[in-house]
Amino acid sequence: MRVTKHPILPEEAPCDVTIYVDGKEIPAKAGEPIAAALLAAGIRVFRKTAKKGYPRGIFCGIGRCTDCVMTVDGQPNVRTCVTPVRAGMKVETQIGLGRWAEQA
Amino acid sequence: MRKVQVIVIGAGPAGLAACIEIAKAGGKAVLIDENGKPGGQLFKQIHKFFGSREHRAGVRGYNIGNQLLKETEDLGVEVFLDSPVYGLFRHPEGILVSYMHEGRERGLVGEKVILATGAAENALTFPGGTLPGVMGAGCAQTMINVNRVLPGEKIIMVGSGNVGLIVSYQLMQAGADVLALIEAAPSIGGYGVHAGKIRRAGVPILVGHTIKRVIGREQVEAVEIVALDEKFREIPGTEQTVACDTVCIAVGLTPLTELAWMAGCEFAFIPALGGHIPIHDGDMATTVAGLYVAGDIAGAEEASTAMEEGRLAGIAASEALGLYGPATAAPLKEAVWTRMDALRTGPFGQKRYEAKAQMLEIAKGGKQ
Repeated sequence: MRVTKHPILPEEAPCDVTIYVDGKEIPAKAGEPIAAALLAAGIRVFRKTAKKGYPRGIFCGIGRCTDCVMTVDGQPNVRTCVTPVRAGMKVETQIGLGRWAEQA
Repeated sequence: MRKVQVIVIGAGPAGLAACIEIAKAGGKAVLIDENGKPGGQLFKQIHKFFGSREHRAGVRGYNIGNQLLKETEDLGVEVFLDSPVYGLFRHPEGILVSYMHEGRERGLVGEKVILATGAAENALTFPGGTLPGVMGAGCAQTMINVNRVLPGEKIIMVGSGNVGLIVSYQLMQAGADVLALIEAAPSIGGYGVHAGKIRRAGVPILVGHTIKRVIGREQVEAVEIVALDEKFREIPGTEQTVACDTVCIAVGLTPLTELAWMAGCEFAFIPALGGHIPIHDGDMATTVAGLYVAGDIAGAEEASTAMEEGRLAGIAASEALGLYGPATAAPLKEAVWTRMDALRTGPFGQKRYEAKAQMLEIAKGGKQ
């Protein structure tokens, strides 16, 4: 959920781009961390662990813990908390260590 | 390879303040940061700072960040962003700083290097602690105040230090429902003024309680909390389950000291400062020639002391470079120490004051 009304902070610009999360269109703001766009859309499970398939999401938010990694534009293990959104990005829930996209 | 007088690693309050002092002394500093924007954790701090006027008390954290950025810009400090530093190496002319930028390895030699890398939040371990919805309080604070996104709607905060108290209040300002603060210790850890705001909002602060486990399949659905006795043992039969979607952890910070270890700094273990800290003297100089520390890496405190330590390291490095004579540098350093001592007073500051005094003693002795 976006914070639209705030007692201290000024009003924020609206979403200006679209990204694709597991094929689904999600509104986002260019330059915000991918993780922020996902949380705003109510998506909290970013990946599943390799052995037991346990769900993981954002934890540290500063690029340290790597719990929030996903496959972004075919590249696995991208830290979504410190990687900015670009229009048209393809973000996928990562299973285990992820896989590189097939070379076209 | 390019050489500069000072390389400052970390563009948070300490690093920015250090660069400002070096530029004022007429020196050339390059500031390197792994993030895409400078400011470190200042921009998520929307509360007014404490202290006196010279500590910029009453000014909100993000405005202090904007002031520091403008000052570094006006002084012409060169800033390299998106540039994680991965190594420090001995070099005949100083210290070689290796970093990545746009997927390529690069290097820069600094006659002096100031480490202002900050700290990371501590984790707590309990069953269910890896479920989506469990996160650092600072992470939640970044989401609401910088990215303007609610990480959840029904929140349990663990830890009643100033971070736990302030972030709880800011989560409410952002529209979340904070259900309770849980504190294992028998009393509230942070300032009474912050705790008062939480209590006036009707949020209970449960001291002598901890999290037993987090319940949920794909994400947090509830927490089970339990009361603790005076020896921090769980009291059977006191468990209660609270439905929520988010658990924020605010149980202290650990300095990010990897580069200091790599450079061969000697360390001291001082729990009041967050654990292993590079030994540093009254000039913020480490045991490695030409290498300084400032801010949370030198002991986790808060942004105001980080700025002062950054200034001190910047002045000391300028003096070591010969930009200042000892007669000019001494009163400048003295003024910083006076302001820092004022920040380290009161029931909470006193512990940090004593821990820093202990550090100075260790530094004088050379070894522990």
